[in-house]
Amino acid sequence: MSGTENAGLQAIPNPEKATLEGKNKFLGFWFFLGGETVLFGTLFATFLALRDKVASGPSAHELFSLPLTFLSTIILLTSSLTSVFAILAMKDYKAGAMRLWFWITVLLGLAFLGLEIYEFHEYLGEHFGFTTSAFSSAFYTLVGTHGCHVLFGVLWISELMLQSYKKGITTVTAPKYYVAALYWHFIDVVWVFIFTVVYLLGILGG
Amino acid sequence: MTTHAQSLAVSSQRKGFLHWLWTWITTVDHKKIAILYLFGGGLFFLIGGIEALLIRIQLAVPNNHFLVGSEYNQVMTMHGTTMIFLAAMPLIFAMMNAVIPLQIGARDVAFPFVNALGFWLFFLGGIVLNTSWFFGGAPAGGWTAYTPLATEYLGSGMDFYILGLQLSGAGTLMGAINFLVTIINMRAPGMTFMRMPLFCWTSLVTSALILFAFPPLTVGLFFEFFDHIFHANFFNTANGGNGIIWEHIFWIFGHPEVYILVLPAFGIISEVVATFSKKRLFGYSSMVFATVLIGFLSFMVWVHHMFTVGLGPVANAVFAIATMTIAVPTGIKIFNWLFTMWGGQIHFTTANLFALGFIPTFVMGGVTGVMLAVPPADAQYHDSYFVVAHFHYVILGGVVFGLLAGVFYWWPKMFGRMLNETLGKITFWFFFLGFHLTFFPQHFLGLMGMPRRYFTYLPGEHFELGNMLSSIGAFGMAVGVIVLLINIVVTTAKGKRAKGDAWGIGRTLEWSIASPAPEYNFAQTPLVKGIDAFWKEKMAGNKKMTPAEPLGDVHMPSPTVIPFLMSLSLTLASFGFIFAANQAGKPHTGGLITAAIGIGLMLLLMLIHSIKDDHGFHIHKEEIMRIEKEAE
Repeated sequence: MSGTENAGLQAIPNPEKATLEGKNKFLGFWFFLGGETVLFGTLFATFLALRDKVASGPSAHELFSLPLTFLSTIILLTSSLTSVFAILAMKDYKAGAMRLWFWITVLLGLAFLGLEIYEFHEYLGEHFGFTTSAFSSAFYTLVGTHGCHVLFGVLWISELMLQSYKKGITTVTAPKYYVAALYWHFIDVVWVFIFTVVYLLGILGG
Repeated sequence: MTTHAQSLAVSSQRKGFLHWLWTWITTVDHKKIAILYLFGGGLFFLIGGIEALLIRIQLAVPNNHFLVGSEYNQVMTMHGTTMIFLAAMPLIFAMMNAVIPLQIGARDVAFPFVNALGFWLFFLGGIVLNTSWFFGGAPAGGWTAYTPLATEYLGSGMDFYILGLQLSGAGTLMGAINFLVTIINMRAPGMTFMRMPLFCWTSLVTSALILFAFPPLTVGLFFEFFDHIFHANFFNTANGGNGIIWEHIFWIFGHPEVYILVLPAFGIISEVVATFSKKRLFGYSSMVFATVLIGFLSFMVWVHHMFTVGLGPVANAVFAIATMTIAVPTGIKIFNWLFTMWGGQIHFTTANLFALGFIPTFVMGGVTGVMLAVPPADAQYHDSYFVVAHFHYVILGGVVFGLLAGVFYWWPKMFGRMLNETLGKITFWFFFLGFHLTFFPQHFLGLMGMPRRYFTYLPGEHFELGNMLSSIGAFGMAVGVIVLLINIVVTTAKGKRAKGDAWGIGRTLEWSIASPAPEYNFAQTPLVKGIDAFWKEKMAGNKKMTPAEPLGDVHMPSPTVIPFLMSLSLTLASFGFIFAANQAGKPHTGGLITAAIGIGLMLLLMLIHSIKDDHGFHIHKEEIMRIEKEAE
């Protein structure tokens, strides 16, 4: 446990919602995720409209490999679970445990990104670039936007964890950890839809 | 002038212009951000107005050669884009920032930092868009930027449209989240949802609409951006793309946008009509219901902009019926305003004149709206001046009349001085009559077959009279605006100082404190006992609100330059992308590097903001007591 923690704060339950600033951040972030949902909704709708417009390029079932994306899915789902453990530790003011679980989350996020980069690299080798067809543009934009969100989440959580060595768990920092975890869950939910709509439908739906 | 403003004036004299500029660049005070929005929105309103006058000069006589071809297209595109995104939207945010925290009894907004960031993104986005005039021509694809015209045929102008709107759109989205949280979380004790002034309700619903309508625009603009700069195929039919997707995305944003603009205007009208009828707003709960219902329905009518695309009779019928349904809650509002006035003591101030002018004008726009909602009839009206007349009746006759009512009504609260009523009434009559002279004939021009967006017409087609009248009317409106500017200059120099309850018959909380409001808004958070809280206290014989807390120190957020720097770095990134665009092949590396530097700076600033804790500062009890005493 970090020595900077204030013993007097131990008594406050749910430190992420203890102050008005915390409550505002909490509610504001939910609204932000509402906007993000519409953003991804638009990307999904466009992808569905263009997914069989392959022009002269390869189509979904020629490209996608289920084992690889299944592995990605397992990794990201697990990272969501570890971020839950981190928040449970935060609520108990166990800074060390929180950091451990968040660092595991970050590692899993990086593993996911590594797999995604490998996957895109493979596709480029099969002449499936961003400009190949309407399907390829829609695919890279949807999955790439999600990938950028994962990258941002990795950077954000790492930065918060580095700060947590000095700042510990207070009513100022707790809302930050909490909304970062919310963000991470959101990314995870989006991936579940990508796995279903892009990959499963691409391979099985013809 | 309050002590705060005096101390500001004194310190600015002492330290000069740069210090004065610095206080505005770093401010996180919602009242100052309101003034910034008013300035920014007003500036772009004037630019958009000049563009409108250029269009009307060109169309005044047949076969005119004043402004033709691509130049006409640029001016027309920029007029529409500027007026919607850079004038109407920020002016609405100006009203919301100036009034909402005061009306709900809050000391500030939920996210002062984000509030400042929202303003600077809007303003610099507007600047990016307007620099296009100096770099190879403005966007010329219409404010709707339909593809593939916009992505494949119009050159670099559209890049400014895409990036400029992306920046200002991000600012708008942040502003919306800020006001959603402020209204939900920061109401004073006793200020239940059903006791909020109607302007708060309409702003709440508008913010929710922004939250769900702007992300599709963001995505749509990204598609155009990828198509134009990185040669993606979203709208490129040769590789399987589909231009209709843009139309859907644009109008899924575009139709709620109409209600985003008009709902706050409805709110302003509700406040102004009730105050100057010296009566409680008639049918408050039905007004709230109608507002929420309009917000809900606004997302299921977008296809009425696309009736002629050919989506089939079922789609057209469903969206036609949904569109007509909106007339019902809107009608509820119109009747409630009329019944509010019924039996009231009506004061014909300039603010109220604009509100009264709004009602019949907006009804006319609504009636043509129902006409346009009938798909077979729309096939005739589509892309004609009838449509131009319709949307100017709702946007100009609705939104701008509402905003002008709000400006005249809340000006004393924002600046501590009354605007001159005589000059105000001159403004009203020039603007009101000029407006109807401009746009009423356009209905008939449209029905006679004059298409919108054309730069000229031939003699002998019976279009001469209507167009000439229309151009004369446009100059009438311009006179009204010039008189308003004179009014502002004259009263700022030596206008009548406004009391806290500037109109003497204020009903809501903003009138219970000094004009302009002190930095901390409320010395003590007020206790709200009902709708029209301040009126209720006055009727009980009290001069002030009953406080809900003892007098104490007030915590304030520190000013910061980071929002401005963040907006600058994203502006740099935008210019990078704009100059990276290369029609012939791969994007230019220099532009991409510039863009990467801009985004990198943005991330760095986010990191700094995250690491640096803002402890804010306190205004001490004694200081507050002194300021309150001087204000009396």
